[in-house]
Amino acid sequence: MSEKKKDQLLHDHNHDGVDRRGFLKCMAWAGTGAFCVMKGGVLNSYSLSRISEMSAADMMGELSFVQISDSHMGFNKPANPDVAGTLKAAVEKINALSGAPEFMLHTGDISHFSKPEEFDTVDQILKNATPKDVFYVPGEHDVLNDDGKQFLERYGKGSKGAGWYSFDKKGVHFIGLVNVMNLKAGGLGTLGHDQLEWLEDDVKHLKHSTPLVVFAHVPLWSVYPEWGWGTDDSAQALAYLKKFGSVTVLNGHIHQTMQKVEGNVTFHTAASTAFPQPQPGKADSPGPMKVPAEQLRSVLGITDVNYVRGQHALAVVDSSLA
Amino acid sequence: MRRSVSIAGLAAALLLGALGFGTGQKSYAASAQEKTSTMEVKIDNFSFGPVTLTVPIGATVTWTNRDDIPHTVVSTDDSKTFKSKVLDTDEKFSFTFSKAGTYPYFCSIHPKMTGKVIVQ
Repeated sequence: MSEKKKDQLLHDHNHDGVDRRGFLKCMAWAGTGAFCVMKGGVLNSYSLSRISEMSAADMMGELSFVQISDSHMGFNKPANPDVAGTLKAAVEKINALSGAPEFMLHTGDISHFSKPEEFDTVDQILKNATPKDVFYVPGEHDVLNDDGKQFLERYGKGSKGAGWYSFDKKGVHFIGLVNVMNLKAGGLGTLGHDQLEWLEDDVKHLKHSTPLVVFAHVPLWSVYPEWGWGTDDSAQALAYLKKFGSVTVLNGHIHQTMQKVEGNVTFHTAASTAFPQPQPGKADSPGPMKVPAEQLRSVLGITDVNYVRGQHALAVVDSSLA
Repeated sequence: MRRSVSIAGLAAALLLGALGFGTGQKSYAASAQEKTSTMEVKIDNFSFGPVTLTVPIGATVTWTNRDDIPHTVVSTDDSKTFKSKVLDTDEKFSFTFSKAGTYPYFCSIHPKMTGKVIVQ
């Protein structure tokens, strides 16, 4: 208990239960495996190594869900010859979470070659996860050869355009965006005019206090444009979200965890369940990073997200499959 | 990053020029054209090499994906003069250029990857 006290709020200028020091500390920890919970106006952060000591009540918010990403079913190269095995390990990890997540988000690159049997395999493996509902957005590997037709047939029921949609859970508004279609030579990810118009309209009627979770495959912030790790028209999308007090953006694509806070917007990228990619600029290309077999699961992972009503930011926890 | 790539492309173009492609050195051009009517572009580390390839009219260009990740070869013009299927590791795509012109292309999965074929 005495250790927890160190993380308690010292200055609460905005009366939102978060002081800058506490928030930055929590965010800094998130990158190395931390768990942040806000309750009763107090922000607490815990190292992942101490999670086993925490009670279920400590860990649970009012809404808990899991993000998985980049399962790349069908990939069979040395970086990971068994992507089905590591996806199964991710499901085991999810089922072991004490927070009992209600549903999953898959932020794309479900398959490696958009083959029907690859999607089938992922569907079969995810059926064993405790949370039954999965909300998908496509990655560029899911829309090969057919402009995303198959993806839409499988996962896009009720969605608009190339597969974008929104839904509400316990007062949180979720928005799934598609930024892997109609890519232009020399460019980055693209949302496009139609989707941006839909987004503006979708959030227009919401109260500014509604927490938003935006999820899409390619990062909606400029992680490393030289490798295509960004979205050309994301600034326009974010402009529509400016008025909201709490926006959490969840992305995949770069096969590593990364965080950034900009005003009321918190950006996260999730690890892949298939293979890691190098840090920006730290290799000749963003191709699969080969690590010794015994280290592979330590660089793959899942992301667990908790929301406590009335609080500012959602608690986002990355944990490896090791 | 982009600058170094274009310099590599320029160097490749100069090299090809020196070998007699499309530079009016007719004595070399005829025999070289027969020998190398199939020209190669390698896809390595998320880039096309050479970035700019100059070929004679009628040449067939073959792209080979040597990455661990699938790529495509798609011309950027609206009518999509050429468009490969998705190329897995070591898969190839060929296209024969029958008209002079400049043909920019890219990988539609990783659009930062761009290249150019100059046919003259």
